[in-house]
Amino acid sequence: MIEVDNLSKTFKVYHHRKGFFGSFVNLFSRKHRTVQAVDTVSFTVERGEIVGYLGPNGAGKSTTIKMLTGILVPSSGSVTVNGYVPHRQRKESAKHIGVVFGQRSHLWFDLPVQESFELLQRIYRIPQAQYRQNVEIFDELLNLGDFFQTPVRQLSLGQRMRADIAAALLHNPDVLFLDEPTIGLDVVAKARIREFIQRINAERQVTVVLTTHDLDDVEKLCKRVILIDNARLRFDGELTTLRRLLSTERLLSVDYAEIYPDVSIPNAHIVYQEGARVQYRFSPEEISAADLIGAILKKFKILDISIQEPDIEDLIKTVYEDNLMLERKLAEPISPDTQAN
Amino acid sequence: MHHLSLYFHFVKLRIRSQMEYRLSFVFDLFSQASVSVIDFCMIALLFNRFKQLEGWSLWEVGFLYGMIGICFAVAEMIGRGFDVFQESVVRGEFDTMLVRPLGTFYQVFAHEFVLRRVGRLAQAVAILLISNSQLVIYWSFAKVGYLLISLVSGTCFFIALFVIGATSCFWTVQSIEVINIFTHGGVFMGSYPFSIYRWWFRRFFTFIVPLACVNYFPSLFVLGKVESLGVSPVGVQLAPFAGFLFLGITMLFWRFGVSRYQSTGH
Repeated sequence: MIEVDNLSKTFKVYHHRKGFFGSFVNLFSRKHRTVQAVDTVSFTVERGEIVGYLGPNGAGKSTTIKMLTGILVPSSGSVTVNGYVPHRQRKESAKHIGVVFGQRSHLWFDLPVQESFELLQRIYRIPQAQYRQNVEIFDELLNLGDFFQTPVRQLSLGQRMRADIAAALLHNPDVLFLDEPTIGLDVVAKARIREFIQRINAERQVTVVLTTHDLDDVEKLCKRVILIDNARLRFDGELTTLRRLLSTERLLSVDYAEIYPDVSIPNAHIVYQEGARVQYRFSPEEISAADLIGAILKKFKILDISIQEPDIEDLIKTVYEDNLMLERKLAEPISPDTQAN
Repeated sequence: MHHLSLYFHFVKLRIRSQMEYRLSFVFDLFSQASVSVIDFCMIALLFNRFKQLEGWSLWEVGFLYGMIGICFAVAEMIGRGFDVFQESVVRGEFDTMLVRPLGTFYQVFAHEFVLRRVGRLAQAVAILLISNSQLVIYWSFAKVGYLLISLVSGTCFFIALFVIGATSCFWTVQSIEVINIFTHGGVFMGSYPFSIYRWWFRRFFTFIVPLACVNYFPSLFVLGKVESLGVSPVGVQLAPFAGFLFLGITMLFWRFGVSRYQSTGH
């Protein structure tokens, strides 16, 4: 479906002079520095996958998506999406992909949603039967009917996003690119959109590439994640693998029955101590959870105890903060093929 | 065919949304028409004093004024998308265009249609017709055809200027205002016989920015006036095609700009 091979993108960032005279001078001479936005990234995505493409701001996520959708031309390396090279066969490629940017609408600002949809029907030459059927299904799943006649500019953010995602799927694309689809939405709206993406993916085998800051999105939608940081690919594999690789350290919270002067336990580090509440950090390689709890019970009286897995946010933070650690652990890069073995 | 019917659909939607605010629409229509009537009154006042300009009578200049007015009004009506392109780029709408299965030039062109320019257009047509009624012009089919081609060419000329302005957005986020000197200034300059200007000025607006080719030279032919600048009759007859050529060149420039955008992303 999607093949990305050694994809790189370098930008020249120009120093802009200000003012009328400045912009005149800009036309002739400009200082610039080179920025590597995407650096030799390779991955493949199979039909029907939902892939979370994650990374901090400025990591190169959007630039990658722009190259996959034909907006930007790569500096080097190759991309194919549905067998098309997006930047060379832009129009052909566009017929088979759907794109949603969370930050801005693809619909016509001053047209009602319905007219925007009809315009898209004409642009993509969607057969009437397919168009009607899609609108019906999307209406059922996203309740478009509530605002189908409302001009896009008057929609709430959640409504707009629903309209945008439906619009991107009207022409039955094989691949759907979602750039921050839940940004700024409330919990209910997020849940609805996630559910919709899941259903479309399951029922139509639409491949979904998703960039997001919302780790709930990732947990709910993506089996596979690709992490990039500083323009480079850091991890490509199943979410559970990532979790396993990084979740060597766990947290144990204990509420003691009384305040003990010394609550130290061998092989467990005290993260914080607040009255009778103590949190330990431990590594299962050094001490198992059972042994740790056993050691605590032997010495002290407790009220409550709980073990926490680090959540993805922490995992990702760890990846970014501690690249060396990950690279050590990923002596062999993880790709879907190697995982299958 | 698909592109054409899609274009008319776009136009239909634009007109409908502009009609939503009927009162403001009517107001705009009249204010636009009256502004250009006032423009022409200024010229008429001038002639009241001087009677003629380089051998041109008031109504001959009126004909010239009508021609350029029509071209500019139509260009503003249909080419508005390029005129406001800067905002599209800033708002990120251009990325949206790049993920659609249509050419970018076409999409920007189809993006806007300003019906209220009809006011200006009607007024320019009226001045052209009134001038014609005051002049003795021997009309033949060939001449009518020639005039129509010239008008289309002049429209292309102004659209081309909008395209240059729009394309410059790929380099500077602030579109160069310079282009307005050529569009609005062009209308003003084109309202007077070209022979009143200095030689270097005439050269520039013939060979670089071919304003004279779509307005002055065609009007010479239509009005049956003697060419005083040493251009051959064949040159005068072929002049209008410069407008098409100019648009063609700016379309190449547009394509170059888009490919730059795709490689720099700003």
